[in-house]
Amino acid sequence: MALLEVRDLSVSFHTPDGVVEAVRGLSYDVERGKTLAIVGESGSGKSVSTQTITGLTRGAQISGSALFNGNELLGASASTLQKVRGAQIGMIFQDPLSSLHPYYTVGWQIVEMIRAHRKETSKKAARARAAELLGLVGIPRASQRIDDFPHQFSGGMRQRVMIAMAMALDPALLIADEPTTALDVTVQAQVLEVMRTLQQEFDTAIILITHDLGVVAEMSDDVVVMYAGTVMEKAPRRTLFYLSHNPYTKGLLASLPARGGRRGRLTPILGTPPSLIDPSERCPFAPRCPSAFDRCWHERPRLDPVSHDAEHTSACWLPHDVAGGLDDPVPARGGSPVDVNPAPETQEESA
Amino acid sequence: MLRFLVRRIVLGILVMWLITLAVFALFFIAPNDVARTLAGRQATPETVALIAHRLGLDQPIWKQYVDFVSRLLHGDLGYDYYHQTPVTQIIGAAIPITLSVVIGGAIIWLVMGVFNGVVSAVRPRSFIDRSLTVFSLFFYSMPTFLLGLLLLYFFYFRLTLRGITIFPAGGYAPLGEGPGQWVLHMVLPWFTLALVSAATYTRLTRASMLDVLGEDYVRTARSKGLSERRVVMRHAFRAAMTPIVTQFGIDVGALIGGVVVTEYVFSLPGLGKTAIDAINLQDLPVIIGIVLFASAAVVVANIVVDLFYAVLDPRVRLH
Repeated sequence: MALLEVRDLSVSFHTPDGVVEAVRGLSYDVERGKTLAIVGESGSGKSVSTQTITGLTRGAQISGSALFNGNELLGASASTLQKVRGAQIGMIFQDPLSSLHPYYTVGWQIVEMIRAHRKETSKKAARARAAELLGLVGIPRASQRIDDFPHQFSGGMRQRVMIAMAMALDPALLIADEPTTALDVTVQAQVLEVMRTLQQEFDTAIILITHDLGVVAEMSDDVVVMYAGTVMEKAPRRTLFYLSHNPYTKGLLASLPARGGRRGRLTPILGTPPSLIDPSERCPFAPRCPSAFDRCWHERPRLDPVSHDAEHTSACWLPHDVAGGLDDPVPARGGSPVDVNPAPETQEESA
Repeated sequence: MLRFLVRRIVLGILVMWLITLAVFALFFIAPNDVARTLAGRQATPETVALIAHRLGLDQPIWKQYVDFVSRLLHGDLGYDYYHQTPVTQIIGAAIPITLSVVIGGAIIWLVMGVFNGVVSAVRPRSFIDRSLTVFSLFFYSMPTFLLGLLLLYFFYFRLTLRGITIFPAGGYAPLGEGPGQWVLHMVLPWFTLALVSAATYTRLTRASMLDVLGEDYVRTARSKGLSERRVVMRHAFRAAMTPIVTQFGIDVGALIGGVVVTEYVFSLPGLGKTAIDAINLQDLPVIIGIVLFASAAVVVANIVVDLFYAVLDPRVRLH
C-alpha cells in the first residue's frame, strides 16, 4: 500500500462568476521515501489538490478519496487533520519570506511546531532540537541565528528554515509547493540538495509541486503532469522525459530553453489555459493542441496506459501503442498531426 | 532605534513651536482689540493704554512673541480674563475629568471593536458578521449628542420615573471621593463615547484581520497543525494589530484635548466643555492654554504610537 493514495479527487469553488472546477478527477500514489512531482502551469490545480488533502482549502466542494497511511483524510474532522498536519505531513511553500511569520524569531516558530504536537517536550529541549534542525539544513552558526527574525535571513536561508520547520517532527510526507520558484538558480540547487539529503536521512516521501521541469528531472521518481485541473500524463521520470506521449507534455518539454549553448528560438505552447468555469466535455488541451482532431473536441480522453505500460498513462486520443520521445518532431500549430488514426478504443481494454 | 526616537521628538518639538506661532497670531494679531475688550465700553483711553501696557501690547510684535514663549516655557499660561485664575489651574482641574471619560471610553470601545472585528473576520459574511456590522453601523451613524441624550433619557429619566435612580443626570464625582460614585457618573459618558467609536474599530479590525488571514504565514501556521484559536490569535491577530494601534493612538490623543460633545451633554467640566465656555466668553488665555495642551497630547500620542510599532514589529526595531 502506498503512503498516500489519492483517488478521483475533485475540488470546485462557488464564485460569483460560476462554479470553478479547480481539480477534476485527480488520482496518484505517493510511495514511502519516493518523490512524486506534480507539474503544471499556474492554475492547473497543483497546489489546490495538495492543500485540499491536508484540509487547507476552505469553502470548496470536495469529492474523492485520499488515504494517508490507510486513513481517509478527505472529510476527516478538523482535529484529526490538525494532528496530521505538521506531525505527519510537513509543508513548505513558494515564498519563504511571506511564509514565515515576520514578528517571531525562527527559533520560536520551530519550537511552536514541535510543542504543538509533542506537548511533553520542554521548551529547552524543543529549542535545542530547533538549533539542531537549523544546523541540519545548513544554516551556519545555527545556535546563534535561532533568535534571528526571518527578515534577517537571505531567501535561500529562509527556505532552509521552512524546511527545518517542516521536517522538525520527522513527517512521513513532505509537500513542497514550488519550493524553489522564488529563489535564485544557484540557491535553488542548494535548497533541493538539502531536501534530498533530508529525504534520504529520514526516508521521507515528497510531493514536489513545480512548473520547472529542470527541478523535476533533478528530484523526482514519478511525475504527474496536470493541465486545467486534470491529469494529462503520469509516468516515471525517465519515461516522461524520453518517451512522453501527451502533446501537452511534449509542448512543455519543447518549451524548455536548450542547454549547452544551442541557441534558437524558444518554442512556446501557443494560447492560454482554458477557463475552469463550466469546463466543457472535451479535451481541455484541444484548443492549443497541434495534434487535435475531431474527437478531441467532443469527448474528454481518459488516462490510459501507453505501450501497455501500467506505470505510464496519458489522457489523449492519440494512439497509445507508441510513445514518442523528445526527438519526435513537435508539430507546429496548424502543421500536420503526427498520426490521426482515431482508433484508440482498442487500447482501452488494457486500462 | 534611538535615532528614530530622537528624530520623532525633534519633529514633535518643531510641530509644537509652529503651534505656538499660530496661537500667538490668534491671541495678538486677531482683529479684535484685546485691551479695549477688557477695559469695557466706558473705559477712558488712558485705561485702555494702561491695560495694553500691562499685557505688553505696546511692545514690538517679536518682543511680545519672545515674552509669550518664555512665559510658556516657565509653565505660565497667564490668567483668565474674568476671575484672574491661573490658566494652568483651570486646565489642571479639567484634565482628570476628560481623562476619566477618554480612558474609560477608550477601553470599552477598543475591547468591543476588536472583539467584534475578530469574530466578524473569522466568519466573514456569516449571520454573526452581518449582525455585528449592522450593530456597529447603527451607532456609528448616530450623532454623539443624540446617543448621549438617548442614554440619558432611558437610563436616567425613564428609570428615575419608575423610582429607580442608578445613574446621575450628569456632573462629575472625583475618583478621590470613592470609586463607586465616580463609575456611576462615568458609565453613560463612557458608553456614549465608546458606542460611536467602536464601529470604526470593528470595521478596521475586521478588514485588517481578513487581510492577514489571507497571508502566507497564516497558511504556514495552519500547515503546522496549530489549533485554529492559536492561528487566529497568535499568528493573525498579532500582525493585524498594527493599524488598530495607530488609529487608537491618534483617537485617544485627539480626545484628550477635550471630548466636547459628550462632556457638554453630561455637564462634565472637562477640557472640551471648558474650551467651549471660554470661546463663548472670548476668554483667550484659556482657549490658548487648551489648544496648546490638546496639540501636545496629539504630538505625544503620535510618538507613543511610533514607539509601539517598534514593540510590535521586529522589522521596525532595527532601523
